[in-house]
Amino acid sequence: MSQLTRDEVAHLADLARIDLDDAELDHLAPQLNVILEAVASISGVAGDDVPPTSHPIPLTNVFREDVVVPGLTAEQALSGAPEAEEQRFRVPRILGDEQ
Amino acid sequence: MSDELIKKTAAELADALAAGETTSVEVTRAHLDRILEVDGTAESGVHAFLHVDAEGALTQAAESDARRTAGRARHLLDGVPIAVKDVLATQGLPTTCGSKILEGWVPPYDATVVRRIKDAGLPILGKTNMDEFAMGSSTEHSAYGPTRNPWDQTRIPGGSGGGSAAAVAAFEAPLALGTDTGGSIRQPGAVTGTVGVKPTYGGVSRYGLVALANSLDQVGPVTRTVLDSALLHELIGGHDPLDSTSVDAPVDGFVAAARQGATGDLKGLKVGVIKELAGEGWQPGVMQRFAETVDLLTELGAEVTEVSCPTFVHAMATYYLILPAECSSNLAKFDAMRYGLRVVPDGDPSAEAVMKATRDAGFGDEVKRRIMIGTYALSSGYYDAYYGQAQKVRTLISRDFAAAFEGVDVLVSPTSPTTAFPLGEKLDDPLAMYLQDLATIPANLAGVPGISVPAGLADEDGLPVGFQVLAPALADDRLYRVGAAVEAALTDRWGGPILAKAPTLEGPR
Amino acid sequence: MTDMLVPFDDVVASYDPALGLEIHVELNTNTKMFCGCPASFGGEPNTQVCPTCLGLPGAMPVVNGKAVESAIRIGLALNCDIAEWCRFARKNYFYPDMPKNFQTSQYDEPIAFEGYLDVEVEGETFRIEIERAHMEEDTGKSSHVGGTDGRIHGADYSLVDYNRAGIPLIEIVTKPILGTGEKAPLVAKAYVSAIRDLIVALGVSDARMDQGSIRADVNLSLAPKGSGVLGTRSETKNVNSLRSVERAVRFEMSRHAGILDAGGSVLQETRHFHENDGTTSSGREKSDAEDYRYFPEPDLVPVAPSREWVEELRATLPENPAAKRARLQEEWGFTDLDMRDTIGAGALALVEETVAAGAAPQAARKWWLTELTRRANDAGVELAELAVIPAQVAAVQALVDAKTINDKLARQVFDGLLAGEGTPEEIIAARGLAVVSDEGALSAAVDKAIAENPDIADKIRDGKVAAAGALIGAVMKEMRGQADAGRVRELVLEKLA
Ligand SMILES: [Mg+2]
Ligand SMILES: [Zn+2]
Repeated sequence: MSQLTRDEVAHLADLARIDLDDAELDHLAPQLNVILEAVASISGVAGDDVPPTSHPIPLTNVFREDVVVPGLTAEQALSGAPEAEEQRFRVPRILGDEQ
Repeated sequence: MSDELIKKTAAELADALAAGETTSVEVTRAHLDRILEVDGTAESGVHAFLHVDAEGALTQAAESDARRTAGRARHLLDGVPIAVKDVLATQGLPTTCGSKILEGWVPPYDATVVRRIKDAGLPILGKTNMDEFAMGSSTEHSAYGPTRNPWDQTRIPGGSGGGSAAAVAAFEAPLALGTDTGGSIRQPGAVTGTVGVKPTYGGVSRYGLVALANSLDQVGPVTRTVLDSALLHELIGGHDPLDSTSVDAPVDGFVAAARQGATGDLKGLKVGVIKELAGEGWQPGVMQRFAETVDLLTELGAEVTEVSCPTFVHAMATYYLILPAECSSNLAKFDAMRYGLRVVPDGDPSAEAVMKATRDAGFGDEVKRRIMIGTYALSSGYYDAYYGQAQKVRTLISRDFAAAFEGVDVLVSPTSPTTAFPLGEKLDDPLAMYLQDLATIPANLAGVPGISVPAGLADEDGLPVGFQVLAPALADDRLYRVGAAVEAALTDRWGGPILAKAPTLEGPR
Repeated sequence: MTDMLVPFDDVVASYDPALGLEIHVELNTNTKMFCGCPASFGGEPNTQVCPTCLGLPGAMPVVNGKAVESAIRIGLALNCDIAEWCRFARKNYFYPDMPKNFQTSQYDEPIAFEGYLDVEVEGETFRIEIERAHMEEDTGKSSHVGGTDGRIHGADYSLVDYNRAGIPLIEIVTKPILGTGEKAPLVAKAYVSAIRDLIVALGVSDARMDQGSIRADVNLSLAPKGSGVLGTRSETKNVNSLRSVERAVRFEMSRHAGILDAGGSVLQETRHFHENDGTTSSGREKSDAEDYRYFPEPDLVPVAPSREWVEELRATLPENPAAKRARLQEEWGFTDLDMRDTIGAGALALVEETVAAGAAPQAARKWWLTELTRRANDAGVELAELAVIPAQVAAVQALVDAKTINDKLARQVFDGLLAGEGTPEEIIAARGLAVVSDEGALSAAVDKAIAENPDIADKIRDGKVAAAGALIGAVMKEMRGQADAGRVRELVLEKLA
């Protein structure tokens, strides 16, 4: 498995929405590579015939009844909001697609 | 009087409350006084607490006393105070997860385990310090300053739940809640001379636990005795319809198993020593105390054999792929839109720019590292090689456990390769830090339960060593039986609890 | 850059279109997909939320069993296989209306897959292959403040309401639909219409396109005619009426052809549809290959529907649409042409409901295919979107049958219904539309018409009954339409016998 370039680290930071400045990129990139090198050791450990485990305790079909339960009041919902207006969360202008 | 109260175990306090020898207000006040005396600040003192709720705890204590007087105590532990790791949502009390990004956040709801301790009447003393979002093994990654080990305040208390372990070790609380994703209850227990239990995955509700890695996280007890852990485990455990991964099986028999184990009879018990969890890099004093404890098991009637779990050597790499992947997604919600920190860069920034600036300012280095690794491991083109492969190795690790448990009832190892190391020593060397959890991680990957109990002090530094016992999924009772037996025998040998050997804590001045 | 548009006939002469449709159906369960909050439409902002659907730290999802049931029923109705074991997955991307910054959806393990739906366009049947139907959750709703007309672009900031976040959605994805040629726009429309009818029949959604409970994304690509390859596709998001689906396909075909004719290449991108002029415009370029970093949702356990459960649900399915059409034609006594016109007008379900409400089949058909179709065309909406419902049409016809009004007056009643003036009875009263049943007034009007048209009256006396029409017309005019034409005819013939 290959080493991450500084550009790739910058791209990852972008995907993860973290604004890393140059100094941070210089600091983090080599550390990430050390970690990646260490975890690369698992390649080839398990063959194709080994099923993946996503849950350590296998359960299936855990469902909820379709019955309304009380939730939060709008006041509670907005209690942690950095900004609110008209009982809604106020967020900075959104770029991109209209949903 | 107050010193006497804080030295009591939770079980002893419960008895004293039941006998009318003390009140919850007295007990709670004694612990609050102790916190005032030794906890200090980010700069000095134990610093186990990020938030102390003296008023709330005393109110709850008074209510508990009123109930008891009226003959309506809700639980054996009604009135016994408790500390809660700051990763659990507490309605009306700040919950920061040790991160700047959640500074000042007060949840409008309770975690299920918090609801259960409130319903049982345990006053909540406050919220304990932790590595940011539970990422770390030293509590140095807390954004609010480190917790210091009560045995030596220049050393780490373990992590991520160093605050809960230190609070219990420093007699600031008789009980605490912790969470264990790769050892965050057991390793701090080991290095502070306390008891910590990671229950079977799904045995205790995760609802309201701010997720680090959902498929690994478990809430569990942090105490000074095995019996206290059993009492707390029975209280918080059991099915929760709000957690889809919660196992619908009864949680009882832990207290009974602890009492039975304390009689010291382990006849017929088959114990496996995990061959792979020893060797180079393991501190000699740790290995020595471990070997003695294994001998002790034989003396108590257990049959001890060595077992091999060959894929455990890959547990660390597996863990450091699965955890970052899950946490990179879990932590995406911290985006400055609905709660928590919002950093607004100059100009007329977009929501995206605000998210990026906030996450840069609000997350510490270790959190950023793991988010980046996780983002990478899940990226298209890399998923199969990293996350997919890690999940397969996870299967192999579970199979190693299954094979081992065909021959033995429990597995044992040292909890941590070393005793508490000096603050700052591994802060900028992530891999060295990760090695602390070598022995504890396999249990999280396989979902099996584990306990750490004190095994004595290492000769070279006089610091506590932890002895880990692992059992098959849903056989948590075995941890209590074996843990209590070891504890009883060693306490007897030492002439008192291990914490009696700890230096007297001076108030920070 | 303005797109060069190629006339539609020229497009189909040179290119083969490939369609793909993704339809999101909002289920009408009582509660959301993963929490117990109400899934109903239109509450005060942020009053239908809880820690889970608000994405608060620590909160966890639990699957709504009823939503799984609806998903399976939809899958079965689409002739899909139902997974024996499947999981939810996280689709990771940042967006302020998405509380967790991942959508809990399904990825490579959908609940239903490999199905089909037959649709008919102008007598030709097209089999639409369904790739998958999967479960997921809706996002919150942003409103944009500042800038122009509340749109996202140029807004100063946005306000988010999370009531809608977490409402269960079923996403139905087709395989590429090939071989539709010039009928591509109609096939797309007929497919969405068929899905809507099926959803209505299953009773799993309010199925209101105008309220967004059914939303269609339209994928389109062109390939040189006969080449057998697939071109680069564009994805037009959230097309929210049947007519818009048809228009969006038509526009994209013309736009793609313009680019390809000029030797350019089509960008793989999302597009927005504009109702006002039927055009699309570029959204975010998709080529930065949104890396969604899907992985199985670790907070949920797999869904493994037992075969017994699936069979139980199969037994609850409504009649298959083709069999149902044959049965209705038989019951209604419609000719093949009657039937085809009814289906083509998108009126089958409307006629059925009107008949169910008491109207005769031919009468129901007549209103929907003539008067109401004309009004829908005038308003630029689909029949089903018209503000007249089958029960009202049946009520109007009942009034005609009772001779309270006649067909001509009925048209005015429809005007009133469309204008929201109340029930048919209220409209008749308010507008003074009832037929005059005063025999004296009617008789006087007939006498007057005979007196004013002596030569016509003579013809009728001579047995040329067909001439009566002119006299009847004169009487109706005199009565300002408020007479029963049948009774007028009787009177005319009586008086001239
Ligand atoms: Mg979707
Ligand atoms: Zn909710």
